[in-house]
Amino acid sequence: MEKTKKEPLIHITKRREISKKNEWAIRLGSILIALIVCAIITTLTTDLNPISVYASMWRGSFGSERKIWALLKELSILLIISVALAPSFKMKFWNLGGGGQVMAGVLATTTCMILIGDSIPSGALIVISFVAALAAGAFWAFIPAFFKAKWNTNETLFTLMMNYVATQIVAYFIIKWEVPKGSGQIGMINQNTQAGWLPVIAGKQYLLAVIIAIIVTIIMYIYLRYTKHGYELSVVGESHNTAQYVGINVGKVIIRTLIFTGLLCGLTGWLLVAGTDHTMSTSLEGGRGFLGVMVAWLAHFNPIGMILSGLLLVFMSRGAGEISTAFGLNSSFGDILTGVILFFVIGSEFFINYQVHFRKSHRKEAADV
Amino acid sequence: MFSLITFIPRAIVQSVPLMLGCVGETLNEKSGSLNLGIPGIMYVGAISGVIGSFFYENYAASFNPVLGVIIPITACLIGSLLMGLLFCFLTVTLRANQNVTGLAMTTFGVGFGNFFGGSIIKLTGSDVPSITLSITSKAFKTTFPFAGSAGAIGKLLFSYGFMTYVAIIIAIITSYVLKKTRTGLELRAVGENPATADAAGINITKYKYFAICIGCMIAGLGGLYYVMDYASGVWSNDAFGDRGWLAIALVIFSIWRPNWAIWESMLFGGLYILYLYIPTGTDLAIKEIYRMLPYLVTIFMLIAISLKDKNENQPPEGLGLPYFREDR
Repeated sequence: MEKTKKEPLIHITKRREISKKNEWAIRLGSILIALIVCAIITTLTTDLNPISVYASMWRGSFGSERKIWALLKELSILLIISVALAPSFKMKFWNLGGGGQVMAGVLATTTCMILIGDSIPSGALIVISFVAALAAGAFWAFIPAFFKAKWNTNETLFTLMMNYVATQIVAYFIIKWEVPKGSGQIGMINQNTQAGWLPVIAGKQYLLAVIIAIIVTIIMYIYLRYTKHGYELSVVGESHNTAQYVGINVGKVIIRTLIFTGLLCGLTGWLLVAGTDHTMSTSLEGGRGFLGVMVAWLAHFNPIGMILSGLLLVFMSRGAGEISTAFGLNSSFGDILTGVILFFVIGSEFFINYQVHFRKSHRKEAADV
Repeated sequence: MFSLITFIPRAIVQSVPLMLGCVGETLNEKSGSLNLGIPGIMYVGAISGVIGSFFYENYAASFNPVLGVIIPITACLIGSLLMGLLFCFLTVTLRANQNVTGLAMTTFGVGFGNFFGGSIIKLTGSDVPSITLSITSKAFKTTFPFAGSAGAIGKLLFSYGFMTYVAIIIAIITSYVLKKTRTGLELRAVGENPATADAAGINITKYKYFAICIGCMIAGLGGLYYVMDYASGVWSNDAFGDRGWLAIALVIFSIWRPNWAIWESMLFGGLYILYLYIPTGTDLAIKEIYRMLPYLVTIFMLIAISLKDKNENQPPEGLGLPYFREDR
């Protein structure tokens, strides 16, 4: 018999296009499979009935009006960070420093509230701290952007390191301002005067954060989609050479985009201190800088889509909190489940971008002859 | 009082997890993969080892020190290998974005470590939130018999558990393989320019799988060292802290050279604990500023290598990019 080289068993090609319907079917399918896998993991490791675990997660997120507001607050904060990061990533500038940029805003707001909290009216304080927070966030993002634009310094690692620098500076000031001395925390800032605290709208403490998140999301959607800036940064993201060729000043676009990202991250820091938490701690940012990367990436940098991907992640973390109290599980269990779901969604992108062809059976053709 | 004889051994003990993490990450990056999952993988490596030795220590009839060392190491290697395979499968086979996959793996890995750590703590029913594996740790910390009698030299050079020396040997071997062997040359080609390597007949997928998996296993050992030797066998949740990220920073600081990582991890280890030794009097706040040093040093290094623009000091050119043959 003549020896012939076999066609490879699996052959992969890039998809030209895929209908929106199929794309979402693949994505939802992957989440569904992930939930089933999570259920199996839950049963194997904890002996609990997965249905009741999921039900309890649902209750933890949507169980009462208070819980829904807590979920909305988390979602709003995460959403602003994710939306802020979107233009950087669209430009293929891997900004892992969202957390540090938020902390810069946190520190600026706290500084204003503590140092000049007593000497000027609360309204003016809010405005000053707002400006300071945005400037601080923008500055923190500007540093790596400047070096990237000037000398092509690796931004992924630079921004990553900036997070820790920011955290340590915050830690320094926490000890400087700690109340009472030696406690290692600064407690509620201006608790009696409430100077610099954002007003509560319609009796709902978190409504303002939700409104700001909605406005920011819409602005970013328009910015990325319909403005010249948005167009330029996506060209830079595709190829620096192309951008240069069509006359875009790459360095300028990088710095401008990062300042915009930093402004919004600073805004988040301001919201966290002045609006929701009224205190400063090194863990205030709570890993949202990294979480925001995933939210933005899962939604393909589409701000509207981020509402959904953000909701998924916030639901997981709120739900995890609930199951840890309801079943006496360690709250880290939620991280495991989140990780598994992320793996599946990340993996599913492959099937959206590529098509898998299997080797056709030759036996049938032979039979036909 | 500040004394070098006490400071240096503490810096070295501090450096070993960083060194192993850094060497592992360097292997990853040399194959073109920026693996941000390393912090998570080190957690998984550590907890796998802890689980292994916990069951051996508590359920075996008698304790054999050799087995007591081999079991946690094997468990640790398997755990981190599985994580490495997961990363490979997602980023190499499915061509997913490395940064996102890495971050997801870190979320997963840290959660995995803390969850199983917490479960075992519950299993022991102890009052303190930690597990103590003192017998295993003693086996890990066995030093040279003459270390105690050799004075200052003995303390500086021979007072460490065997894994310290293993880590240094791993770093030297990795450096040798990367620099002097054909395999290393081909691996570097894969990381620099996969398309060219592919044209030269190098199996990209195979190289990436091996480099990433071996790298992850080395990094996992770093986590194990931390628990068994540094922390004297005490696992408590989140104790490992940000060392995984520091290991990634160290890769830049060592300019992708595992043999440099040996000295520089010791320097980093020193910087990491320097704040404990600097006499600041009552001003505790300033200590927090000193803790920033390793990160600041990394940033300056990063800027310096981009300023000098020397080819051999740059990150691998294909770093972070997935490779698809038909994309060219």
